[in-house]
Amino acid sequence: MAEIKTVGVAGSGTMGAGIAIVAARAGFRTIVFDTRAEALERARKQTEGFFAKSVERGKLTVSQVGGIMAGLSGTTDIAALSACDIVIEAVFEDLGVKHALCAELDKVCPPHTMFASNTSTLSITEIAAGSGRDDRFVGMHFCLPAQLMKLVEMSPGLKTSEDTFRSAWGLCEAMGQIPVKTKDNPGFILNYFLIPFNNDAIRLVEAGVAAPAEIDRAVKAGLGYPMGPLELLDLIGLDTHLLVAEALYAATHEPRNAVPALVKRMIAAGQLGRKTGQGFYAYRGNAMFGG
Amino acid sequence: MLYEIIDTGGSRSFPASHPFLDKAEGSGDVVVIIGENAARSLQSLARPEMKTAVLIELGTQCLGVHTGERRGLEGSNVLGFARFRLGAADPTPLVEIVRQPNTAEAAIAGAREIFEAAGLQVAVCGDFDGRILDRLVRPYFNAALRRLDEGLATADDLDTTLRLGLGYPEGPLSLLERTGLDHHSEVTQALFEALGDPAYAPARRARVARIRSKA
Repeated sequence: MAEIKTVGVAGSGTMGAGIAIVAARAGFRTIVFDTRAEALERARKQTEGFFAKSVERGKLTVSQVGGIMAGLSGTTDIAALSACDIVIEAVFEDLGVKHALCAELDKVCPPHTMFASNTSTLSITEIAAGSGRDDRFVGMHFCLPAQLMKLVEMSPGLKTSEDTFRSAWGLCEAMGQIPVKTKDNPGFILNYFLIPFNNDAIRLVEAGVAAPAEIDRAVKAGLGYPMGPLELLDLIGLDTHLLVAEALYAATHEPRNAVPALVKRMIAAGQLGRKTGQGFYAYRGNAMFGG
Repeated sequence: MLYEIIDTGGSRSFPASHPFLDKAEGSGDVVVIIGENAARSLQSLARPEMKTAVLIELGTQCLGVHTGERRGLEGSNVLGFARFRLGAADPTPLVEIVRQPNTAEAAIAGAREIFEAAGLQVAVCGDFDGRILDRLVRPYFNAALRRLDEGLATADDLDTTLRLGLGYPEGPLSLLERTGLDHHSEVTQALFEALGDPAYAPARRARVARIRSKA
């Protein structure tokens, strides 16, 4: 089983930055690549802010954070990832974008470097097919926010070697995460169950079964869930839900994954959720109305 | 608000002692009919229209079965209700109150008040098959059972993922195992017949459990 010392992360958005924190915090030399210097800078500031909070809460010392940050670097030069034993991609959820990235990575990385994808909806086998090394390719889906959530959905593609899967699984555990194994199926486990559940909740609103606050209260009181589905959708943003659900529906053609018409009407009306101040609830500052 | 309870026996909402039962009086502004024979008691109730609200415990049936319906204009002071409960598990704190288009708002307010005073939580919904929660969770449970059969992941990994990834207190497979797959089969079969949506058709494992429970 290949020993992993250096972890690359391609893409420094919210997920990429979170994954980099997880790797660096566990003591791996971590290199974050992004084509946009400003995105790297923003991620660096978010990372420093996150670790400052860790110190405040007594989870890490200043000197430990110093060590972690010394092992974490950012680059706009993809060739810098040649030093990595594994590169985890967390770029835009588009097969073409991921193929283009993987083809570039395949040129600059040595043969032993494994590639992993943080995709939540695309097929690992299909992404791997454009990587030039489909036997050394694995799915590693972290949950948002990666630096706080322990779960990682690990999926082998059809051609992933056992050694690659074992190495990536070992890395996951070494980073303090909790891996679960799932088949390379659209949505893996989390999104496969979450997206239709949320769509069904939207359909209840659409059909006039109950108001959003009644549905959320029922789910929390009856099932003990920490958030109701409509509160959660407002937090995620209906535009984001639309993207993920449409990708899942395109891959499965299962009716429950089809986005209810109400979502598109709300998006057209600018009611995206918390970020626009109106979704299934109205928001003013941190206050929520309609609940 | 004072309320009285008519217990016809075998209530799934209140199978054991509960503050809601303890707080009831001999008579009151609200009449709550619980148990398997609630329909008969509703029919024999003298002058129900004089009450603020009359609440009848529902199983899987709609409120309209008891009240009748009229061109979408139905509604009175009669409400349906049920505490959400999975199989053999204890009832949850959730009471789903069922209203009709023209149900009196005072009746809803009265119902909400007496349940909340007993520490229960209320969600009001229209008169639809499956109300809120059964309508939402039964397809999710069927999908979990089906995906287990199809080898998406082990039962433990499926449950762990949904607990850790979404903060659910328990994974669906463990929850169904604990509360009774055969009961899930019964409820989801009723919804499948009512709605005709294949998502409610009992998953194979639920049907097997149902057959075994009858053997």
